[in-house]
Amino acid sequence: MSEFRMPSLGADMESGTLVEWNIRPGERVERGQIVCVVETQKGAIDVEIWEAGTVERLVAEEGQKVPVGEVLAVILGDGEKDEGGKAEDDGRETPAERPTPEASQAPSPRAPDLSPPPTTATPDVASSGVRLRISPAARRRAAELGLDPAGVNSSGIDGSITLEDIERAAQAAQGGQSTRAVATTDAHAAMRQAIATAMARSKREIPHYYLGNTLCVEPALAWLETHNAERPVTERLIFPVLQLRAVALALEAVPELNGWFVDDAFQPAEGVHLGVAIALRGGGLVAPALHDADRLAPDVMMAALRDLLTRARKDRLRSSELTAAGLTVTNLGDLGVESVQGVIYPPQVALVGFGRIAERPWVRDGQVVAARCLHASLAADHRVTDGALGARFLTRLTDLLTEPERLWPT
Amino acid sequence: MTTQTIAYREALRQGLRAALADDERVFLMGEDVGRYGGTYAVSHGLLEEFGEARIRDTPLSESTFTGAGIGAALNGMRPIVEIMTVNFSLLALDQIINNAATLRHMSGGQLNVPLVIRMTTGGGRQLAAQHSHSLEGWYAHIPGLRIVAPATHEDARGMLLAALEDPDPVLIFEHALLLNVEGTVEGEPRPMELDHAAIRREGGQVSLITYGGMLHKTLAAADQLAAEGIDTEVLDLRTLRPLDDAAIMASVAKTHRVVVIDEGWRSGSLSAEIITRINEQAFFELDAPPVRVCTQEVPIPYARHLEDAAIPQVEDIVAAVHRLLG
Amino acid sequence: MANLSRDTLRETVIDAILAVAPEADIDALPPDRPWREALEIDSFDFLNILVDLEKRLGVSVPESDYHELATLEGLIDYLERRLAG
Repeated sequence: MSEFRMPSLGADMESGTLVEWNIRPGERVERGQIVCVVETQKGAIDVEIWEAGTVERLVAEEGQKVPVGEVLAVILGDGEKDEGGKAEDDGRETPAERPTPEASQAPSPRAPDLSPPPTTATPDVASSGVRLRISPAARRRAAELGLDPAGVNSSGIDGSITLEDIERAAQAAQGGQSTRAVATTDAHAAMRQAIATAMARSKREIPHYYLGNTLCVEPALAWLETHNAERPVTERLIFPVLQLRAVALALEAVPELNGWFVDDAFQPAEGVHLGVAIALRGGGLVAPALHDADRLAPDVMMAALRDLLTRARKDRLRSSELTAAGLTVTNLGDLGVESVQGVIYPPQVALVGFGRIAERPWVRDGQVVAARCLHASLAADHRVTDGALGARFLTRLTDLLTEPERLWPT
Repeated sequence: MTTQTIAYREALRQGLRAALADDERVFLMGEDVGRYGGTYAVSHGLLEEFGEARIRDTPLSESTFTGAGIGAALNGMRPIVEIMTVNFSLLALDQIINNAATLRHMSGGQLNVPLVIRMTTGGGRQLAAQHSHSLEGWYAHIPGLRIVAPATHEDARGMLLAALEDPDPVLIFEHALLLNVEGTVEGEPRPMELDHAAIRREGGQVSLITYGGMLHKTLAAADQLAAEGIDTEVLDLRTLRPLDDAAIMASVAKTHRVVVIDEGWRSGSLSAEIITRINEQAFFELDAPPVRVCTQEVPIPYARHLEDAAIPQVEDIVAAVHRLLG
Repeated sequence: MANLSRDTLRETVIDAILAVAPEADIDALPPDRPWREALEIDSFDFLNILVDLEKRLGVSVPESDYHELATLEGLIDYLERRLAG
């Protein structure tokens, strides 16, 4: 028996709202299965489970705000039998988060929060574990309106849903918006707040150093055009795939930039998972991880990127994508800027930025020619690495993007 | 009609004078009500005006003169018994509860006890625990009694007149802190009905339910809250038994949030009764748990700062409303 | 398809852009300015628009022709030409 708990989906996450269960008691769950949707400051996240078994019972209710580390559901492991209360006690002894490749690669700076709460959980939490906190008047009104109060944002005393919350949600629903849309407005503010907190922390704590390089991308573009020629639009690669691949390979060579600075020490990431900064239309930014970026063939990487971008914009990211990244890549070239001096996303220790591809005078074989060029930058944490190491990384990255045949050597 | 600005004490005296003048069956009886003019000077001048037969000084024996009042009432008189404070009324509990409150029922309706007992209540004057308690909620537990608490000047005059028209015993609780408070009255004293609570301030966000001496602190709190943009409704219960359930529930149905302000202690109190009734009758109107502001559960202290800390103050009421609104 | 009017073609293009960038104010877009930057259309969005246009019009745009699609008018011209040809 183990307890599936609210995961920490970022450095500053304290709690999340359980939006939806995808599982029911008695159902079987597999490792990596998406079992619920949790609304966080980063949007709605599909949360995966890392233990196979059978759902014994759901503890948290839809609509409930659950602190990080609190129990969401109880899972009966394979081969286990329900031993009632005793088994539950045993469950408290087990670590909250199953160590899995993804989870261990994604240590959270709030790891202590993931440890099981003391056995004397406050009765408040225990009781709120089974009932929606909603005032009698709000409950009656929701019933009158035929509105499910579970997803409604609460503003009342002790986090309760009030009559006004229900009226607001109903009004929004009438105006053609779903209650989720109301939540979205708040979610935007919450995301802004999360970004503010993370970036302020970054600039406060991390002594950034910046390196930059302009490189000629004619060979890379030629490689891309050759690759894409004769392919239907749906199967083409986009340039960022090459950029991400180059960063991934450069990181393999310089692993000191791939990881997290936690408790005054650098903790290297296992595997190369790149955070991809994605600007959301309507504001905000997420940087979910593209897993194993160093191991994906071009088409597979494109498919993975397409999937990630699509889900990020639909607010459907997964829990394992939120904390896994060991370095983030931001590409502002499509927005027309030449270069980026990035802010590191803590607790990561470096960020790679790309500007736009534009024609520049370029010296080739002693001749000035017009060539399409790109500016690549590195912002890195001086507590962890020095400029020399950063330079080694950036040079490697430059070489790889300049000689695209090295990206996927055959 | 003429408008006068008078002290609450003067309003009580106007009520007494009107009652004595209107009905010769009415007489006032109690400790120091005559020659001394009343412990709180409420009956000052009445002995000279109405004579010894109708303004009667009594020995310091609450049980005796309350019993005498019951006897007089049973025999057709309309006695007003003054007990100095609610604390001393405990000496007359047997007369009040075993006799005055029961006789109508025990006689199968053959007997009525048209007795009015006035007493001061409440703290805030550094008179220590034996003179400062608020036990009206305790009396409101007793069937057979009507309990009223005039908080306004018009009620201070007029509730006495209405109480004298009631065929059954009525206890009037006058908060001692109000005695010097000035207020306006219109024209001559007239009976003020005893069945309904009164909205003293209309509002939409929170119902502040109170009575007696706390009404004034509650209104001050409401002013303060209004300055912050919080719109409260203040309901003056006026009669504590029987409670005006309809008025309470109507206000709750309007605001969906309740704070009960009661100078009594909270355990087993009038505030507990009010909130229970709200839960029973208006549960689905509630948008937040009901809140109480009551006196701390200690005998009222003598020291000024401790007494102030024990009794509900304006800032306590404001804080309760803030908490309620989340 | 070949007899699509230019206005209809423009509407189709705008629909495809709006599907990716619903908040885009296309009327405010100067017709001869690069539309991708102005509307914050990144390479992935652009690819999605091309996929959409192919679905709607049956025109597949090879990567070597991308440079002709820099302005909105250019894009419409290009599609018109391809449809006609």
